[in-house]
Amino acid sequence: MTFARRAWAVAWKDVLVERRSKETVNALLFFALLLLFVFQFALGPDRERLGQVLPGLLWLGFILSGLLALGRTFLVERENDCWEALVSTPGDKSAIYVGKLLGNLLLIFSVEALVLLLFVVFFDVDITHALPALTLVIALGTLGLSAVGTLFAAMTAGVRARELLFPVLLLPVQVPVLLGAVKATEAALAGEPLSAVAQWIKLLVSADVVYVVIGILTFDFVLEG
Amino acid sequence: MLDGVTLDVRPGEAVALLGPNGAGKTTLLKIIATLTRPTRGTVTVAGADTVKDAEAVRRLVGLVAHGAYVYDDLTALENLRFWTTFGGRRLAERDLRSALGDVELESSADERVRTFSHGMKRRLGLARLALTEPRVVLLDEPFAALDERARKWLEEYLRTVKARGGAAVMATHGFGRDLDVADRIAVLASGRIALDRPRDGLALEELGRLYALATEEAS
Amino acid sequence: MTATRALGWLSLAALAIGIGWGLGLAPREETQGNVQRIMYVHVPSAIVAEYIACPLIFFASVGYLWKRRAEADRLAHASAEAGVVFMALTIITGSIWGKPTWGTWWTWDARITSVSILLLMFIGYLLLRAATDEPERAANYAAVLGIVLALNVPLVHFSVYWWRTLHQPPSMLKPGPMTLSPEIVRPLLINILAYAILFAYFVAKRVRILKTEAEAMA
Repeated sequence: MTFARRAWAVAWKDVLVERRSKETVNALLFFALLLLFVFQFALGPDRERLGQVLPGLLWLGFILSGLLALGRTFLVERENDCWEALVSTPGDKSAIYVGKLLGNLLLIFSVEALVLLLFVVFFDVDITHALPALTLVIALGTLGLSAVGTLFAAMTAGVRARELLFPVLLLPVQVPVLLGAVKATEAALAGEPLSAVAQWIKLLVSADVVYVVIGILTFDFVLEG
Repeated sequence: MLDGVTLDVRPGEAVALLGPNGAGKTTLLKIIATLTRPTRGTVTVAGADTVKDAEAVRRLVGLVAHGAYVYDDLTALENLRFWTTFGGRRLAERDLRSALGDVELESSADERVRTFSHGMKRRLGLARLALTEPRVVLLDEPFAALDERARKWLEEYLRTVKARGGAAVMATHGFGRDLDVADRIAVLASGRIALDRPRDGLALEELGRLYALATEEAS
Repeated sequence: MTATRALGWLSLAALAIGIGWGLGLAPREETQGNVQRIMYVHVPSAIVAEYIACPLIFFASVGYLWKRRAEADRLAHASAEAGVVFMALTIITGSIWGKPTWGTWWTWDARITSVSILLLMFIGYLLLRAATDEPERAANYAAVLGIVLALNVPLVHFSVYWWRTLHQPPSMLKPGPMTLSPEIVRPLLINILAYAILFAYFVAKRVRILKTEAEAMA
């Protein structure tokens, strides 16, 4: 299927460029580390208190790092002056969306893995029992964040005050995903089975489906603009 | 900026688009390449409207403008592989290397474009163009920064495009050799076509005079 | 008389009836007193914002992408502007209701919270329109964003509702549900209708103005 091949070409290209330039990945990982420090300083060393807000803090870290990563989705096109070439090549533009989404997911998952590791280290939490459930919840939440983020990144690529408008648009939309992800993470960390938060999981899945489908259906229009 | 441009390009024809800076040559090329929309009027390529049938036009058209449309951190080969795959065509590595050979970039095939000179990047952009096999070729300042061999290659390529029934529109500054491949000269000044003449039998001095007249009249 | 003008008079009349009934005729609520009457503004605004403005934005946005008609784009734009007004009204009245009744300016009530998120989303929508230079691109972007935001509304609604009702933190003052007797429901419905007509009037007026602006620039 050409669509899949074209989407894969876009994703692979982004991975190659990133691997060679290492522009985004290194800075992003370092940012995650800094974030952890800042959280500690802002909230104080009281382990008890931190333990209670851990899920929220975790997702705060994910979203802040995610915002940075997603905002740069089309930076490589802008820097290399390839945007026009991408748009004027014939073929379903949604393949670009899927390719970019895959690239973003890979990037953000890597950063989240580091954030999770740092959390375990800094806050002395044992998450081994919760790892499968946690992985699922993080995957669902990150997909929701990235699906909308990739679409919005394209939308704001060419407007004024791009860096400000992107988070302004993305954050309110993310509230349902954030709520669901935090609640489900709470349950996972507490050792509860995910069926206890079935409603939230269903919400996350519905949100993911809606966002990805809309992204695929409307991406053409965003690039045509 | 562009106001009232009427231009007809027939199959097998190459039109050289001359004009002072800022006259709108690049804008016109971009409109044909479906990158911008005309505020009024229509542009059709082989019957397909650039706004309503943009996809059909994109399959016919190939543009090489100031940007070479290549990724600095990829090698020349990887760039070609990406652009052809993304354009829906699967080509063997052999074919990609052969295309690089055509523009004398064979030995740099596995080097990152970041290390390329401006002329090399332009040649890579031309190789990319050739691989997409466009029927209508749009070029912005095509001969700038090209050495003798690359020039010859481009001229030959344009002749092949014409012979196959395709067409070309080249926006250019230069007179002289740059116009050798052109069948017609059009001058874009102050937003409209101020001159449109067949190239045949038009001596350079004559052209220079007409050009000066056309641009003066228009301003 | 033009349709817009007629709408204007109609909404004025409906509002007069609605406000009068709500302030005067409706019974005084036992526990909360007269301040409860603000519900006759708060609830209709919320309903108009969430159930009329948002679907309208959705259909107008889809319509624009499908048929490319400028009227659909203007309708979406005007509905978003009017919607934002009603959302703000919901939050402000909710706040005014909350202070004397439950002691806080902000109650984290499911309705107020959802509508706040909607307000933030659609302010973003208006900001995107303002930040995009070419009108055609702005219309395209706004239509796509409008679709995403409108589809997000039910997600916001349910997630916030579950958030407030499933896991109740013990220290929170939760506004208890009110018993809805017919004497309260009737003026409520009248007001909902009145606010809906008012919304229609705002949108109609705004669409007119947008059209004139667009024609002036062409």
